[in-house]
This record gives sequence, C-alpha cells and structure tokens, in this order.
Amino acid sequence: MKFLKNFMVGVSVLALSAGAAQAEISDGVVKIGVLTDMSGTYSDVAGPGTVTAAEMAIEDFGGTVAGAPIEVVSADHQNKADVAANKAREWGDTQQVDAFAELVTTSVAMAVFEVAKQQNKIALVSGAASSPLTNDACIPSGLHWTYNTRALAVGTGSAIVKEGGDSWYFLTADYAFGESLQRDVTAVVEAGGGKVLGASKHPFPASDFSSFVLQAQASGAKIIGLANAGGDTINAIKAANEFGIVSAGQKIAGLLVFLSDVHALGLETAQGLLMTASFYWDLNDETRAWSQRFYERTGKMPTGVQAGVYSSVTHYLKAIEATGTDDTDTVVAKMREMPVDDFFAQNGVLRSDGRMVHDMYLAEVKSPEESTGPWDYLKIVRVIPGEEAYGPLSESTCPTK
Amino acid sequence: MFSDLLGIAPQVLFGQLLLGLINGSFYAVLSLGLAVIFGLLNIVNFAHGALYMLGAFAAWLLGKYLHIDYWGALILAPLIVGFIGVVLDRFLLRRLAGVDHLYGLLLTFGLAMLIEGLFVKMFGASGQPFAAPKALNGGVNLGFMFLPYYRAWVVVASLVVCAVTWYVFERTKIGAYLRAGTENPKLLQAFGVNVPLLTTLAYGYGVALAAFAGVLAAPITQVNPLMGSNLIIVVFAVVVIGGMGSIMGAIVTGLSMGVVEGLTKVFWPEASSTIIFIVMAIVLVLRPAGLFGRTN
Amino acid sequence: MKKYLAYALLLTLLLVAPLLFYPVLLMKVLCFALFASAFNLILGYGGLLSFGHAAFFGGAAYVTGHAIKVWGLPTELGILTGTAAAMVLGLLVGVLAIRRQGIYFAMITLALAQMVYFVFIRSGFTGGENGLQGIPRGTFLGLVDLSNDRAMYYFVLGVCLLGFGVIARAVHSPFGQVLRAIRDNEPRATSLGYNIDRYKLLAFVISATIAGLAGATKSVVFQLASLTDAHWHMSGEVVLMTLLGGLGTIFGPAVGASLIVTLQNTLSSGPLGAWVTVIMGLIFIICVLAFRKGIVGELQAALRKSFN
Repeated sequence: MKFLKNFMVGVSVLALSAGAAQAEISDGVVKIGVLTDMSGTYSDVAGPGTVTAAEMAIEDFGGTVAGAPIEVVSADHQNKADVAANKAREWGDTQQVDAFAELVTTSVAMAVFEVAKQQNKIALVSGAASSPLTNDACIPSGLHWTYNTRALAVGTGSAIVKEGGDSWYFLTADYAFGESLQRDVTAVVEAGGGKVLGASKHPFPASDFSSFVLQAQASGAKIIGLANAGGDTINAIKAANEFGIVSAGQKIAGLLVFLSDVHALGLETAQGLLMTASFYWDLNDETRAWSQRFYERTGKMPTGVQAGVYSSVTHYLKAIEATGTDDTDTVVAKMREMPVDDFFAQNGVLRSDGRMVHDMYLAEVKSPEESTGPWDYLKIVRVIPGEEAYGPLSESTCPTK
Repeated sequence: MFSDLLGIAPQVLFGQLLLGLINGSFYAVLSLGLAVIFGLLNIVNFAHGALYMLGAFAAWLLGKYLHIDYWGALILAPLIVGFIGVVLDRFLLRRLAGVDHLYGLLLTFGLAMLIEGLFVKMFGASGQPFAAPKALNGGVNLGFMFLPYYRAWVVVASLVVCAVTWYVFERTKIGAYLRAGTENPKLLQAFGVNVPLLTTLAYGYGVALAAFAGVLAAPITQVNPLMGSNLIIVVFAVVVIGGMGSIMGAIVTGLSMGVVEGLTKVFWPEASSTIIFIVMAIVLVLRPAGLFGRTN
Repeated sequence: MKKYLAYALLLTLLLVAPLLFYPVLLMKVLCFALFASAFNLILGYGGLLSFGHAAFFGGAAYVTGHAIKVWGLPTELGILTGTAAAMVLGLLVGVLAIRRQGIYFAMITLALAQMVYFVFIRSGFTGGENGLQGIPRGTFLGLVDLSNDRAMYYFVLGVCLLGFGVIARAVHSPFGQVLRAIRDNEPRATSLGYNIDRYKLLAFVISATIAGLAGATKSVVFQLASLTDAHWHMSGEVVLMTLLGGLGTIFGPAVGASLIVTLQNTLSSGPLGAWVTVIMGLIFIICVLAFRKGIVGELQAALRKSFN
C-alpha cells in the first residue's frame, strides 16, 4: 500500500516536472514565514538568530528556486499560541506564505499545526521540542527537524541514570513541552531502574525559583531534573546555587540546555553539566565554516535551533527545485525521498510521521581551564545514533504515518 | 518526633514560611507606597508596578554604565525614580484635578503600558542578570533551610523602611500636615501650607518606595521589563484587604499576606496564586472597608 | 427618516464588507465592538469602572470551546453555553463588587478577575499555557458550513447585531433611565425609592453576559481560546476602546474597538510591530488628558454646538 502511494506520488511528480516548472509556483513566489520568540525567554535560543539563519539559507540557494524568487517574512509570537495562530492564518490567507518555519514553544507549534492542516501548508518545526508533535499531535505536513524530548531523555537522562542518578525530582515548566519532557525522561529513568520522587510545576516563564528549589531539596532526590528551557533553566540553576543545593550534594540535571544558556551562565557555574545537543559549532570543518559566517552576522555562535532552521529551509527549497512546484503534498513527498545532507545532519531521514532522524550528541560543559577561548564550551562525550535517539517509526503513534 | 508535623517536613514548612515573609516584604513596601499616594492624591497608582521595574532598571543601568555598585544604587535609584514621579505628577496627574478619580487610575494604567512597552522594546522581555552584592553572598544554615544572606537583608531593609515611613507619617509634624491634607486640603491651604507641593512630594515618595523595592528585588528576580506587571495586581488586593490609605494596614497586611501565601504553598499548592484574592473576597463580605480601613 | 437611512447604509456596508476586506479581521473587529459595547453598559451608563471584564470574555471563550470540542455541542448551543457561564460568573463577581463604588469597585473587579485567571491557568480543561486549540467551527443549524470565512462572517454579524440590539434596548428602556439616574446622583435615586443595588447588579450581569457572548463568538472564529483573552491587559484594552470611542454613547465603543483592532493589526505586521503597547499607552494617556468624551462624544458635542 505504502509502495503504491509512493509510486503514485512519484508518477505525479514526474508528470508535474514535465510541465512548465515556473508556472507551478503558486503566486510566482516562494514565501517562508518565520514565527519565533523575538524578545522573550527563548529569544536567545531561537529568536532573531533564526531569521538570520533562514535568510542565509535563501542567499546560499541563490535567492530564487525553480525560477521564482524566495522571500522571508518574520514575526514575534511572544510565546503565545493565539498570537502565532492568528499571524499564521493571516500570512496564509493574505500574504501567500507557503511554509511556516522555526515555531519555538510547543504550544505555538501545535497552534500553527492546526492552521497548516487547514490551509495545507508546510510547518518546519525547529525550536519546539515536544515529542507529541510527531506522535499524537502530528499532521502530514508538519516536519520536526532539530530534536525532540525523547532524544533529550535518551541522551541526558540515561547518561545520568548510568552514572548512578537513580532518584529524581522534576521542576517542570507548566505547559505541553515541560510535561512532555518530564514524561519522556521519567520513562528512561524508570527503565533504568531509577525512581521519580515527585515534581513541581512552575509557571512559564518564572523568575523566582526559590520556593520550587526548596521543594526539590526537601524531596531528598539525588537528581533535580529541570524540565524547562532557556531563561527558566538559567534561573533555576542560579536559585539552586543560591540556596546551597549543589554544595549540599544534590545534582542538577538540565534536560534541555543550549549553547546560549551555557554562554549566559558562564563556565564557572555550568561546568560539568551534561547536555544533549543536536548541533555544536566545533564538530568539523563544515560546521565551523557555517557557524563562523553566522557569528559574523549576529555576534553569537549558533544554537542547534538556529542551525536547524537553516537545514530545514534549505531542504525545503531543494525539494521545490527538484519538483518544480511548491505544492505542499508534492514537496513533502520529495523531502522524504531525499536524504538530508548538509553541515547540520548527515544522512538524515525525514520519516512519514514528520520526524527528521539524525545523529545527536551527548556533550559535557568544559571547565574554565579546559576552555581555550570564547565559545569553546563543549566536549562531545558520545554520538547518539539517530535511530536510538528517536526510536523506530513503529513506536510512533502518529495516525497518518 | 517533630519531623512530621501534620505530615509535612519542617524544612518545607519553615522554608516556605520564610520565603513567604520575604515576598511579604515586597508586598508591604509596595502597598505602603500605594497607600501614601492614595492617601494624598486619591489616585490608585496603576503605574506602581512599572515604577518598581524602573527602580530595578535604574540600578542595573547605574551599574552597567556608571559602575555604581548595589549600595549606591539602593540610594540613587529611588531618588532618580522619585524625581521621575515628581515630574509625572507635575505634568500629567496635576491636570486631572477636579475630574473623577477613576481618570487617575486610567491615566496611570496608560503610563504603565507606555513605560513597560518602551522597556520591552529596548531591553527585550527576557531578564537581565543582576548580581547580589559581594558582601551578602553565601548564607547561613538554619537547620531547616539554607538562608541566603541576601534574602535576610531584604526582610531587614524592608522592615526598616516601613517603620521609618510609619513614624514620619504618624508621629511627626510633616506627618500631621500630610494627614490633614488627606482630610481637608482646602482648609490646610487656608492655613498657608503649600498643599500642591505636599501632594507632589507624597507622590514622589510613594514612587521612590516602589523603586526601592525594585532594587531589592533585582538580584532575586532578575531585571525584567515585566517584573511589576502581575505583581501590581496582587498588591492591589493587599491594599483592598488592608483598607485603602491606611499606612499601618498596608504594612501589616503586606507581610501577613506573604506568610499566608507561603503557608498555602505547603498545604494547598494549587491555590497559592489565588489565596490572596480569596482572602480579599472574604474580607469584602465581612468588612467592606478593609481590615484597617474606616467605614465611610 | 434620516436616521433609518443611516442605519440602512450602515447595514449595507456591513453586508458588503467581507467582499472588500479580510473577513477574519472584520470578525475580530465585530467581536471586540460587541465586547466594548457590553462594557460601555456598565461604565458609560452605570458609571461603574469594571477592570475585570476579561474574565467574562475569556471565560465564555473557554467554556464555548470546551462545549463544542469535547462535549460535541453544535456551534450555536456551544456559544449559548459559554454566554450562560459568563452570566453566572458575572452574577458572582457582581454580588461581591457592587458592595463598593468608584475606585474600590475597579480594584475589586480587577482582583476577582485575576483570581479567575489563575483558576484558568490551573484547571486542565483550559489547556493552561497551551490554550484550548482546534475548536471546530461546525455548521450553523446544521445547514451552513462555517469553515468558510464569508459564511462565518455573516453568522458573526448576526450574533453581534443581536447583542447590540439587547444593549440598545436596555439603554433606551426605563431600566436604562434609572441606571443613568443612579450614575448621576445615587442618593437621589435611592430617595426616589429605587433599589439601586439591584439595578446595578442587573446592569453588571447583562454587561458580563454580552461580553461573554463576544468572547464565545471570538473563540469559534479563531478556533482557540487562550489566556490572552482572560488576562487583565484585555480588561484594560476594552476600557481603552470604550474611552476612545466615547463613554455613554451607543456607537462610540464600536468605533473605538474598530480603530484599536485595525491599528493593532496594521502595526503588528509593519516595522512598528514592537511598539504596539507603547502606542496604545500613549493613546490612553492622550484620551484621559485631552478628550475624555471620546471620538463619538466629541462629535456629538460639536454637532450640538453647531445647531445651537
């Protein structure tokens, strides 16, 4: 059945590419709408840097695809689902936007999925992390690029359990992403013979973590797992230091830590932290070259989310170039068929549930002595094969896979 | 053993109570400022949260650009923001004399939007880190919890400021004028007291109190353009519970509401963000003028 | 006669509008126009500044969304359920709040609304920070498919005209007269033998109910209900719309709402996007300082002057 489906798509692609390619680009322009958090908690992780990444992808592609110009529009969604949904709807209805990109914050990604489904547009998710995006909440044209909470759990979670961290207490951001991360890590901890003693949900975003940190301390758990991200993670780690949690023997596990967070915390505070990364600038010549260009434009080294936006937009454009159309179903089919090969991912596979499977990295934050210069923050402990990080397709509960 | 008081570990109970007291100190200083302003201008200062934020930002900017340390900022920031308050009163609030007091609330609401919007535009909505002074780094182990020195300092500083304000208003001649200004401004004017100057200074002082709280909060919550935005609503509820315009009411209610909130976090965590509003509703039913207010 | 001609013209404009403008934006304008008009009933005609109307607007949105999405109610019934919920909430808040006047009334409504907001954050059915997403638009009476934006527009127009009708009726009835008498001179109204608390409460409940109707309709249009609708900023926004258009005028709030919504929309997609809050704050200050009668109020005053 699946074969037949692929075959049919293939035939239609052939038929389409046989026709005048240029005429197949709707409205004569390919427009990508970057929806991100421009000034809030996640603005360093994603934010303006993702717009730069999308612009770089378009420039590197030559500014046109299949004979049509490529444009990018961007907007600040303030981490609010309603703002994002309204903006996406308006872009689709009145601005001829063909694909929505970035979409940090799970609630935003889910709201935009709803719009993308109705308007039959493509959603290239980079910043949102929840694994439900390619499980229960999946849509056929929703592509999840950079990472997900399952990969984070498999990376950081299991590494900590192996080191003997077998009792956990979570500080969880009170929305879909925090819940998803806590759920996925709990599964890994319990599978490794560990125990979860409890969890405190904190508002998103939160500034004062003192009361949550005290609860975590009272639980007596060996590991305090931070099921949050960005500014929340930074504040929680600082509060734990202030209240002497770490010096009293409990360990903090940041479950989603970005390079920008390490930069904000400083190596003195962050050293020794284990983290799962989808990307690091200092992996090989290719990553260094691209990151250097990014650095020249923004003054910061890229996070995985920002690199992921470049990769997803580039792959999207490649598929349009190959098929000569921006028709959603055709393009998505082509994107699945082609391997993702760039500085971000080698031999990445876009699965039918929307998951882009690629290798992940377990990294440790260097101590100030180990670091040789600015932005030299991480050493890679282990490469986590894509299949292990994301699990097999058969485990996905996406109904349309 | 006393380790399982009502099934709650004592470190959780006492820890949350102490944190509640710290939060209560902020409520007390902020509602005190509102009470002073309301007493003399009859204005509910909706911009109070924005001015509290302005205090924190003033400290942050002073440190960043003029290298003035925390202690200098603790004095300077309230003076600067207090001066801004004086300007606001002279050029904006003064023009509302004689119209319904509700317009004062609306004007300050607009001001709050303007100030907070400007700062989000300039500094982004994520916070700027602000380090506690070196002298107050570290803390003391109280047995049931580790108390950072800085948090202890917040309580002490707030209590001192509250006590001084209370003394000035209730026990000195300036205070007598101020109270007379509340009761009957026209008569006071007839006695040759410059009432407009008095109200302007009162507004400046109330605003300076907000800024002082802002500097105190900066190392705890980071310096964030929206740090006062939701806090102000809680402080409004505190003021309603205490009775509008009552100095003592503001101080006592502020501190005790912080403690009540801390207790709720232990026994009924889900309600911790609503408990103050629940108390307010109950007080309104039983004593509509507030706990310390006079029935009008 | 002239009046009817003007109404006919207005109605025609409303009917052809979706052919000229983006229907989703028009629906948003209509919902907020209804919200502001409902709010005006209690502030403009009752003289009571409620700073908690977002609770009714957002609360109805959540209940409607839940009723349609989870209970599977048809769209019309879902909106009615949400509106009824706003009515009950309005009664509860009203009973507590009308015990005090003026500034106290404003602060009490604000605090109670904030309490409701925290309940919404906590309770599972609202989806907390995620919001209640994917509310189906459904059909009108099982006949017209509302997923079509134009069809939805005419449905929303119908609902809003109904809401405006109720408000206009209330304002021009003996009830509205008594309400204005209380606003202008409460002791006098009391001495005339009116139970002023009951009048105030009724006005508050009607206002809350129609604010709920607006929120319920909006949730169906945008297919989601979120904390934004229930946040106190929303309560402030509706004050601004009413103030800008004109307190205590029939059309003022609708004019104010159209201006503010259009402004927000235009700004947000332009280079001034980050300045929206600043500009709104500025408008607020200018309104309070310079023209407290609002656009329609000032126009009426100018007209009256030129006739005299």
